[in-house]
Amino acid sequence: MATGGASPGWRGFLPREAFDTLLRALEAAGYECIGPRVEDGAILYRGLSAGSDLPQGVEEAQAPGHYRLQHTDTPRCFAWAVGPQAIKPHLFTPREALWETERDADGRLTFRPVEPGPRPLAIIGVRACDLAALALQDQHFLRAGNADPYYAHRREGLFLVAVNCTHPAATCFCVSTGDGPQAGDDCDLALDELDEGYAVRAASSKGETIVQQLPLQALTEAQQAQIGREREAARSAQQRTMPAGNLRDHLFNAWEHPRWAQVAERCLSCGNCTSVCPTCFCHQQVDVPTLDGGNATHYREWDSCFTQNHSYIHGITLRPDTRSRYRQWLTHKLGSWHDQYGRSGCVGCGRCITWCPVGIDITEEVSALLAEAGK
Amino acid sequence: MNASIQVPWQAEVVSRVQETPSVFTLGLRLDDPAAPAPYRFAPGQFNMLYLYGVGEVPISVVSDPEHDDEIQHTVRAVGRVTHGLAALHPGDQLGLRGPFGRGWPLEAAVGRDLLLVTGGLGCAPVVSVINYAMQRRERFGRLGIVQGVKHMDDLIWRERYEAWAGQPDTQVQLAADVAGSGWNWHVGLVTDLFDRLGMPLDQALVMLCGPEPMMIAAIRRLLELGVEAESVWLSMERNMQCAVGLCGHCQYGKDFLCRQGPVFNYPDIRDRLGVKGF
Repeated sequence: MATGGASPGWRGFLPREAFDTLLRALEAAGYECIGPRVEDGAILYRGLSAGSDLPQGVEEAQAPGHYRLQHTDTPRCFAWAVGPQAIKPHLFTPREALWETERDADGRLTFRPVEPGPRPLAIIGVRACDLAALALQDQHFLRAGNADPYYAHRREGLFLVAVNCTHPAATCFCVSTGDGPQAGDDCDLALDELDEGYAVRAASSKGETIVQQLPLQALTEAQQAQIGREREAARSAQQRTMPAGNLRDHLFNAWEHPRWAQVAERCLSCGNCTSVCPTCFCHQQVDVPTLDGGNATHYREWDSCFTQNHSYIHGITLRPDTRSRYRQWLTHKLGSWHDQYGRSGCVGCGRCITWCPVGIDITEEVSALLAEAGK
Repeated sequence: MNASIQVPWQAEVVSRVQETPSVFTLGLRLDDPAAPAPYRFAPGQFNMLYLYGVGEVPISVVSDPEHDDEIQHTVRAVGRVTHGLAALHPGDQLGLRGPFGRGWPLEAAVGRDLLLVTGGLGCAPVVSVINYAMQRRERFGRLGIVQGVKHMDDLIWRERYEAWAGQPDTQVQLAADVAGSGWNWHVGLVTDLFDRLGMPLDQALVMLCGPEPMMIAAIRRLLELGVEAESVWLSMERNMQCAVGLCGHCQYGKDFLCRQGPVFNYPDIRDRLGVKGF
């Protein structure tokens, strides 16, 4: 959660040319560094070996159903808001082997859990919205007494370097959900980017250990003032809003609203929104046997409530049409999540708007549903 | 890493009974050294059964919780996994993990009259309670057993129902929408049967399982007959894949069926029950 007017607590200024010292310190502490890179025309979180791997000068244009990178003269590396994915695929992986089965010649079975490899990750350049989403995924996958061992393993080793967002996209609305654009203390380091480098704040003891190894300079008053102005600009630049508060009752009261059928006429039921959503957690299980019949691997893979199989039970598909699937997604994320996780499942990142092939805008749909539902 | 809850144990088929052309019962014995001994579950809970190379299905346990040499599952062959399970025979191996979910409120049922209502083929979770109560008859008051099917041929365990009907303080009523010769029970709906039981229902604890429209109609009639809403419990069904509240398929409002269910107290789900698309 963003801390708003709290004391910034900066420890100093890391010149841009010294950025690699951060990577080296993290590597020395045993982390594999990943961060934003340009790949396939998008900003994706991939292996990072030097500051020169970062998307310097890259800005982005996002709109419903639209995402384009633009190369500019800015010396900045974080002059963009969010790519299609950030933290989620590195903890809750798109495909995870859960167990292997060995079948001998007599048909006897032996089960072996698949252990996720030791791979402590440092993710550089996460946004406040992604941290809010991570807190929700933690709630889901690390439930007390019943934590998912695969997620927990990766989460335990995670080091998070947040970079406060200064360039919100036209699709962003994290201010209205209360999740950004400024990172709070649910990370290890938090940076504010300026043209010449980064203001650095340690948000955890792990972060403190790393900060002590950086060649920090004093942060000038002018730099601090500049950061303050940019933070405020990032807040006021956002054009979209999600209605505040718990929308559960409003949405369930709108269960038979004609808007569901209208949005279903545009929705392709493709599942892009659920794939890019940093809080969606649905997954299916599949069993993949080898051709010789001697082994099978049991995987879990990302699933979507927009698929036909998602609501299948013994010959019946409970949500047979796009209308009921879109309604399921929205009423769960913005409604039942309040009961299950104590807040909405939307963190205002706007990815579902950008990556929807037909540009369906969740904020617009919610407004329409609430307007006529009497909110 | 403790992945045990998400990884099956080896189990062996020790018995197989063909109940109807599409329904069969598999008796399983855990033979995995890592499996708990004895295996304990509560009636109404379910296991995930794994068929090699195909996948898993959630199946409720029908055997007695204290009868641990054979864990029985009654299955209808309807999908990929269940058709494969139908081809298993004694000696074959499969995977089992469980038990999962919340079972029937059997502690609260002690000393009370019980009404057990089932419809269609979804009767296994309730039949486990009937068996349980029959084995511990002194713990409960009167026992009412009501079962409805579409076609008389869909009824499995007719002999058992007829045997239960002969037990003291036990009333059995069966109904089929469509019946031919040889059917000496009611022709019509489950909801017609409550008046025929000849036992007062206002103090009874009710457990239902079956298609949602049947359960909704039955509950409506039972409330008219004076049953308290808080005394009604029902077993729900949704797609289940992980069984540990993670995969999202069985999300039902604020609940995941595999964790908070599959057995629910009626007032807790009254608002959602029967809402299409939920």
